[in-house]
Amino acid sequence: MLIKRPADIEPSEITSESVYQRRRTLLKMSGLATAGAIAGIPLLSLAEQEGISGRELQGVIESPLSTAEPANSWQDITTYNNYYEFGTGKADPARNARDFEPRPWSVVVKGECDKPGRYDFEDLVDNQQLEERVYRFRCVEAWSMVIPWVGIPLASIIGRLQPNSNAKFLRFRTLHDPERMPGQRRRTLDWPYTEGLTMAEAMHPLTLMAVGLYGRELPNQNGAPMRLVVPWKYGFKSIKAIAEIEFTRRRPRSSWEQAIPSEYGFYANVNPEVDHPRWSQARERPIGFGLFARKKPTLMFNGYADQVASLYSGLDLRKNF
Amino acid sequence: MSYVRPFKPLVFAVCLLPLVYLLLSAFEVAGLGLGTNPVEELLHELGRWGLKFLLLTLAVTPVRRWTGWSWLVRYRRMLGLFSFFYLLLHFLVYAVLDQGLDPGLIVEDILKRPYITLGMAGLLMMVPLAATSTKAMMRKLGKRWKSLHRLVYVIAILGVWHFYWQVKLDTLQPLVYASILAVLLISRIRPRKRR
Ligand code: HEM
Repeated sequence: MLIKRPADIEPSEITSESVYQRRRTLLKMSGLATAGAIAGIPLLSLAEQEGISGRELQGVIESPLSTAEPANSWQDITTYNNYYEFGTGKADPARNARDFEPRPWSVVVKGECDKPGRYDFEDLVDNQQLEERVYRFRCVEAWSMVIPWVGIPLASIIGRLQPNSNAKFLRFRTLHDPERMPGQRRRTLDWPYTEGLTMAEAMHPLTLMAVGLYGRELPNQNGAPMRLVVPWKYGFKSIKAIAEIEFTRRRPRSSWEQAIPSEYGFYANVNPEVDHPRWSQARERPIGFGLFARKKPTLMFNGYADQVASLYSGLDLRKNF
Repeated sequence: MSYVRPFKPLVFAVCLLPLVYLLLSAFEVAGLGLGTNPVEELLHELGRWGLKFLLLTLAVTPVRRWTGWSWLVRYRRMLGLFSFFYLLLHFLVYAVLDQGLDPGLIVEDILKRPYITLGMAGLLMMVPLAATSTKAMMRKLGKRWKSLHRLVYVIAILGVWHFYWQVKLDTLQPLVYASILAVLLISRIRPRKRR
């Protein structure tokens, strides 16, 4: 598949000279001088981030698929999370996931593929090229952030698992362990959290298996040790703490679809023209701009239309919300 | 019992504490803050305080009956007005900070989003109650005052319903408020005296 550059990045605006110089200085200061190639804008602000933690990931390269928009702070990204396994309040996951131990971790692979089995996290991730992908993130609740993920294209993981010709969809499941995930002791959603993609969506170059944030290991509240990131879909599609991947013939049913089928569909593509039954999706509140910031218009496919619209040609997006 | 009189300013001050706390948080004084999404936090806090004061207002009569503390009724009007005050701020935060004072968007929301319609209906119904809360109006309206102020039951139901409907999935909190409201309403159904 052809990799197109996001529409919002003109080559000339990728890095202005002054920003570039400042970044060089900061990189040198933070001992990353070798890293002309290591990661982009977020590393610029890395040195200034408050509360940043976690082991640094090595050998991360920049990606041309990143947006040029400035990223939200570490603080924003790690204190405002929808992760019902650790509580239904936005601040709950940061508190309740603190003691979660994401290692050792393994992922069960099953269904229509030639290489099923139980894979250790390291087995899936080590020896793969880590990329920094700065993506827009749009929640179905009409707020948004810009997040510097680190991860591996899902396509390269799928390639190793060798799906057969029956595999039309993927079903992902989060770990189900109420001992370690206290939110699962209440039956808010039908545990374990389940999500799905079409094969074409999963193989799309934008689709990322994230293992890091801001060049560090993924924090627990953001879905450690590995989570999906599908930037043109509402955030709930980007399932966290993945423990199982299944290749299926039939379309899987996702957790939110199961919970409230009239409000959440399988596709969940960001679409300003199709409202949630209870609120408008035409605009979004960008997080991180304080009390007096204006909302801004939501973009079709969250601004990734050039790259993904062709996946849905001929599909009625109003019906297949 | 006249000794309660001096407490009125004190109760008034206590009722203002949530506002003071929210203002300090909004201006990030003394390490306070409104968190990562301050508009949402302020909107939700004001909505919840408005509803709490509304339930407190409705609690006066049954609590008075259970405890015999007849002086409680002196504070009822103040509690009701504070509920109106916090809900008016709730609406203003919605209109100004959330919707950027765009009349088109606000009207569309009120007409199209059922939970907003309910909230708006509730708030509008509070206006005549607040306007007739003075002693003079009470005297002037006589019996009709009492009938008019029965609207408060409808307002409370609309308010809780509005809360319930805006929740995405976890309805525990609005159900707690709904249960308290149910107790307060049921306590008003008095069995007919057999004689
Ligand atoms: C009787 C009047 C009202 C009461 C008792 C009330 C109460 C509440 C409560 C308790 C919440 C939820 C807070 C939380 O989730 O913690 C809320 C949310 C909200 N209310 Fe009200 N409210 C009233 C009127 C209004 C009006 C007139 C409007 C606007 C026209 C409004 C707009 C909203 C909005 C936008 C939310 C947040 C929804 C969200 O975050 O998705 N409310 N209200």
